[in-house]
Amino acid sequence: MPFQIGIVGVGYAGFDSMTPGLSTRELMFEAATRAYEDAGIDPRKDVQSFVCCTEDFWEGISITDEYMPDQLGAVLRPLCTISSDGIIGLATACMHIMSGIADVAVVESHSKISDVVNPDEIASFAYDPVYTHHHFDADPRFLAGMEMARYLKETGTKREYCAQVAVKNKKNALSNPRGVHGANIDKGIVMNSQVAASPLTELESSKGIDASIVFVLASAQKARKLGDHTVWIKGIGWSSDTPVVEDRDLARAEYVEQAAGRAYKMANIRSPASYLDLAEVDDTYSYKELQSLEALKLATKGKAGKMVDAGAFDIDGRLPVNASGGSLGVGHLLEATGLHRTLEAVMQLRGQAGRLQVPSAKRALVQSWRGIPTATGAVAVLGN
Amino acid sequence: MSQKITSYPGHEITSDELKEGKYLDIQYKFVPRYSWAAGVAISRFLDELKEGRIVARKCSQCERILVPPRMYCEQCYRPTDAWVQVRDTGTVNTFSISHVGTDARRLKTPILVAVVDIDGASPGMGILHNLGEVEPASIRIGMKVQAVWKQPSERQGAITDIRYFRPIEA
Repeated sequence: MPFQIGIVGVGYAGFDSMTPGLSTRELMFEAATRAYEDAGIDPRKDVQSFVCCTEDFWEGISITDEYMPDQLGAVLRPLCTISSDGIIGLATACMHIMSGIADVAVVESHSKISDVVNPDEIASFAYDPVYTHHHFDADPRFLAGMEMARYLKETGTKREYCAQVAVKNKKNALSNPRGVHGANIDKGIVMNSQVAASPLTELESSKGIDASIVFVLASAQKARKLGDHTVWIKGIGWSSDTPVVEDRDLARAEYVEQAAGRAYKMANIRSPASYLDLAEVDDTYSYKELQSLEALKLATKGKAGKMVDAGAFDIDGRLPVNASGGSLGVGHLLEATGLHRTLEAVMQLRGQAGRLQVPSAKRALVQSWRGIPTATGAVAVLGN
Repeated sequence: MSQKITSYPGHEITSDELKEGKYLDIQYKFVPRYSWAAGVAISRFLDELKEGRIVARKCSQCERILVPPRMYCEQCYRPTDAWVQVRDTGTVNTFSISHVGTDARRLKTPILVAVVDIDGASPGMGILHNLGEVEPASIRIGMKVQAVWKQPSERQGAITDIRYFRPIEA
């Protein structure tokens, strides 16, 4: 039997650089209320599992999972928090449903990055404390610069092709009501913006924004009873590479290759490039989109850059990639980034993407990366 | 070290050796900084404390009056409906006399921690605070207490605008 878990509701709140009027919990309540309304469920009766994806240091509160129940309708209900990206949260919910623990499961993740005064300190603290961390006093993005340099060297990709990713995604975001960092700029402006960690520039680095995103998932049987706009998860996978930065293949996103391999196998996909109608993939940094597309087998090794430059991944191109504007155009959402990509894909598959709509989109891929200095990625294949 | 073990196998590192740099000793002060948005409910709650008032939110479905206030009722899962002022008196729901500080030192003056169910709020709705002007040995569950406020000029819009709760005569 094919793998099938239904996405029966989505809701979100925020998508702004700052949300000073609302606490994290109030922001979550708004998102969750919309998701439950969308799914037509009562969280106090109809949900058997709640999953949050948060990280204590981003919250600024330890054992932060204990603060999640009230605003999700999960008081005295089964709830767990996983400190990972939202797509891995979706996978966790799928497992709860497949195991029979739940018929309906809820997944939430959020970013309240505007509450964090020194996010660089937190990202830096993720480097190995004994071996790596203590001898660099640099912005943690030096690792992105090194990955990018290795990627460019090994694939022979032209430097300007990375800039084109930022041009494309920021332009797309201008048509997205959720887009915070949309702009109409050219490659010259991107490459001449300040260098963050060479060769990576500031306009090639996504910037953090606030939002909460909530998904309602249901078993196939239950989903058929809940509304008529179900989007199906057909395959899902995730993978983590070694934390030893020096030992990874920095040119490749091997964890994405692995995660995609599993998701494609579950969804029975042999040639993803022709199967898919659109993809929302990691673009935390410009080169990441190209590296991810190759890992996902949506471009031949070393050819993603040339394809993006030729417009193959534009909204009206061969395979629209980050039609939403991605993280570069919309903004980065910490552990909620994977749910953001999934949200954009679900809107597309429902035909609710407005000016971003890819005509007759039926099959989509979403992929996330947990950001520096991690090597964890997740992939889901969606269809309607 | 337990009573029976006088030494562990291996070489003991002394603090002098660490000071001399004989061993790798990494010290790093991790200083994450936050500016949490208090949100609609707690912002109003704190503003009212500055005025010497305790406010709650009412859910008109379950009719509970929630302290501290929330913009959503966690039981009914719906937005709460109205602001309600409650009294600054209440009843000790439970208490503990803490003899140990956060640095594990024995405290000369113990800290009197209590949950005070607030009069006017729904049963079991209260504020976690300190007790004062009371002998530790005479604290009882069920004791009636009242907030002792800072002077208006000293209040900051913080939970510490209430200095503590003290017993009131029956």
